[in-house]
Amino acid sequence: MIPEAFEYFAPSSIQEAISLARRYGGDAKFLSGGHSLLPMMKLRLAAPKYIIDLAGIGELTQISEEGDSLKIGALVTHKAIETSDEIQSRCRLLAEAAFEIGDPQVRSCGTIGGSVAHADPAADYPAALLALDAEVRIEGPSGGRSVRASDFFVDLFTTALQQGELLVAIHVPVLAHNVGTAYKKLRQQASGFALVSAAAVVAKDEGGKCTHIAVGISGVGPKAFRASKVEESLLGKTLTEKNITNASHHVTASVDVQNDIHASAEYRSAMADLFAKNAIWVAANRAE
Amino acid sequence: MEITLTINDRTFKADVEPRLLLVHFIRENACLTGTHIGCETTTCGACTILLDGKAVKSCTLLAVQARGKRLTTVEGLMKNGRLHPIQEAFWEEHGLQCGYCTPGMIMAAYHLLQENPNPSDEQIRRGLEGNLCRCTGYQNIVKAIQSAAAKLA
Repeated sequence: MIPEAFEYFAPSSIQEAISLARRYGGDAKFLSGGHSLLPMMKLRLAAPKYIIDLAGIGELTQISEEGDSLKIGALVTHKAIETSDEIQSRCRLLAEAAFEIGDPQVRSCGTIGGSVAHADPAADYPAALLALDAEVRIEGPSGGRSVRASDFFVDLFTTALQQGELLVAIHVPVLAHNVGTAYKKLRQQASGFALVSAAAVVAKDEGGKCTHIAVGISGVGPKAFRASKVEESLLGKTLTEKNITNASHHVTASVDVQNDIHASAEYRSAMADLFAKNAIWVAANRAE
Repeated sequence: MEITLTINDRTFKADVEPRLLLVHFIRENACLTGTHIGCETTTCGACTILLDGKAVKSCTLLAVQARGKRLTTVEGLMKNGRLHPIQEAFWEEHGLQCGYCTPGMIMAAYHLLQENPNPSDEQIRRGLEGNLCRCTGYQNIVKAIQSAAAKLA
């Protein structure tokens, strides 16, 4: 399987990449790790005429602390996220989600920016980024902007990125050490993508009452979403297994649940409840 | 596009189309056919090589993405006429049946053992998640990697 022919550019700065994208418009695609784009090109589902390879832009490969958040460059690989001490100690949820992606070879190449911009509804990061209230940093012909994760994922493979805009970094919060998080995933065995996955961020007070909860769900519908009803019903309540189980119902109530050869809509919905419950339970136990 | 890259300590220079996949460069330009093409969809891992020391699937990289980099294929493991201990262990433990997945399995195992010289059974299985053996000879592959770990210790 060979992609259609294209012209290849390797810019060395963000500005250069953006001006190339402006010049070639919808015929151009940014190439990051290539583990979403190249498979699509080989299947001829995508046939960009111009490829703008970002690999030479060093600043996109950095992880740095900015105020109370971690800035993760678009080209940081899943492997680097999974193994970064900084991310493991300050935003463990993201490292856990990265560890669940594909397989070791895929994690060596695939990048957070590429995956997030691709917006596969069964990818791992969207659930985690929604639960973390992460921000997506974008640069474009008319300057930079930040978009909240909840506004970034618009629909199936559709994001808030406009033509010519480049996702340059993801900002995730540095979590206080008393905050508990967990990522639980039911894999589709052949592809490694999520049939269902749940990411939970939980904080509780000394009496065990929930003071903060955010639950992101991937794999179920056309885009990842927050399980808002579950969050509302647990906020302020004691995080007992019974309360969590009672709250983790109808997670997919307002979602168009996917029904395909891998899992029926009914099964996905049932698993969404179960995996939301498990993620919240583990996160609640990790919260101090 | 003119590219230069190093495979198994040998430098290769070629003028390639940007759409040329790395695995085709390895097999057709460098004539190193130990690296196999299996599924071509980033699933089976038969095309696994080391790119700057990391195991990657060479069917899902463009040759131009590897320019200036250092690659190791299965042919690069043998030193001074002797098989690498991982290769020996695959032989001794019967870690292959038809052999098609073997080069990829060996390269994935090489990377796994570099990162974790003493992996548990579960860590080996997890480390091989990106490699499929359609003869389903996984049991002996795991044994071979355990044996290689002991040889390398």
